[in-house]
Amino acid sequence: MDIRVGPDRDGAPALEMVDVVKRFGSGATEVRALTDVSLTVAPGELVAVMGPSGCGKSTLLHLAGGLEDPTAGRVRVAGLDVPLMPPAQRAALRRTEVGYVFQRLNLVVTLTALENVMLPLELEGVRAREAKAQAREALASVGLTQHLDRFPDDFSGGQQQRIAVARALAGRRRLILADEPTGALDTVTGDQVIELLAGLPARDGAAVLLVTHEPRYASWADRVVFLRDGRIVDQSSATDLQFEPPEPLGAPT
Amino acid sequence: MALLAEEPRYGYQLKTAFESATGGVWPLNIGQVYTTLDRLQRDGLVAVDAGGEQKRYALTPGGEEALGAWWQMTPSDEPPPRDELQLKVLLAIDHGPEHALAVVTRQRTALTRLLQRHRRAHPAGDGAPLAEALVADALAVRAEADLRWLDLCESRILRTTQDGGTL
Repeated sequence: MDIRVGPDRDGAPALEMVDVVKRFGSGATEVRALTDVSLTVAPGELVAVMGPSGCGKSTLLHLAGGLEDPTAGRVRVAGLDVPLMPPAQRAALRRTEVGYVFQRLNLVVTLTALENVMLPLELEGVRAREAKAQAREALASVGLTQHLDRFPDDFSGGQQQRIAVARALAGRRRLILADEPTGALDTVTGDQVIELLAGLPARDGAAVLLVTHEPRYASWADRVVFLRDGRIVDQSSATDLQFEPPEPLGAPT
Repeated sequence: MALLAEEPRYGYQLKTAFESATGGVWPLNIGQVYTTLDRLQRDGLVAVDAGGEQKRYALTPGGEEALGAWWQMTPSDEPPPRDELQLKVLLAIDHGPEHALAVVTRQRTALTRLLQRHRRAHPAGDGAPLAEALVADALAVRAEADLRWLDLCESRILRTTQDGGTL
């Protein structure tokens, strides 16, 4: 099923969440993972999500990737209402519009670098020849043009993460979901991967939603969203001309 | 003294050499330079060569020894650092978790924005002079450390309130 056929969605946000609520369980054991979360990520934008563990970061990523449905509210990826989709269409959306980069690389060790990047394209039904061309293009965009016939273990940690980024990117995704992609890397290599992700939107128009607990990496984002107890408590934008002092914090009683 | 160890210098030369070595973030006025030189001279660490029109300063053997000790000296963690951010959060917790979290959030957002701007102003590997790049790194890493500390504050405050305890 080609979900890209249909009304023109080029201007649509890569991700749009409106008044999203997510609860797990019910009654006494109910857990509110997200409460009234509204978040829009424009094409090409890099948004970082920060917050203490258990704040709802992972749930937010799962909802953005269509892996789970919100209890209430709207989730749109590239202009398409995810919760309303039949399963087949949703699976197609996950394959064609959304790319994933995880802390653990999830590269297939028995496939070459090139084959790893081709894999999701082939699952999507792209013909081998075309998949190979797209995979090469994606690998080139992360700076890898040589030794593509080698296996993941032959590459350094940073290079492996580049391959994972290329795989997330191949096939012109609208939204890259990156879950602690620097978690297994040293600082300098982590910097390189984040710089790569930060540079990608400008190059491809893909938006990136980056979950990290490192201020260092979050600072590359256009916008940083702070979650606490399932709510967005604040946002920091790099492009605001001035830091606007919010309401004074009055002397509490 | 480290600059005088390279070669004897005039007062104004010292000022410009210091500013260039510290990436331009630490401007000195010439009065400070001469006050310091007078003090070093009084303590026998620096000697003046008044041969020319201007005074030229050089390290004495005692100065070289003192400089050697300075290179060896490491920062000590006593007394604990007093900074305004810490003070603000410590005072805020007396006003209840909600206020403390609001203060932490406010400081964190402002610092994050600072770091975001800093990152844009000083992209890595831009071929800046080494001293400037190192100073930029130092500022960024300090802000990161403050941010990490604020994250810890948030986690600890949340944990304390969830356990039903008081702050």
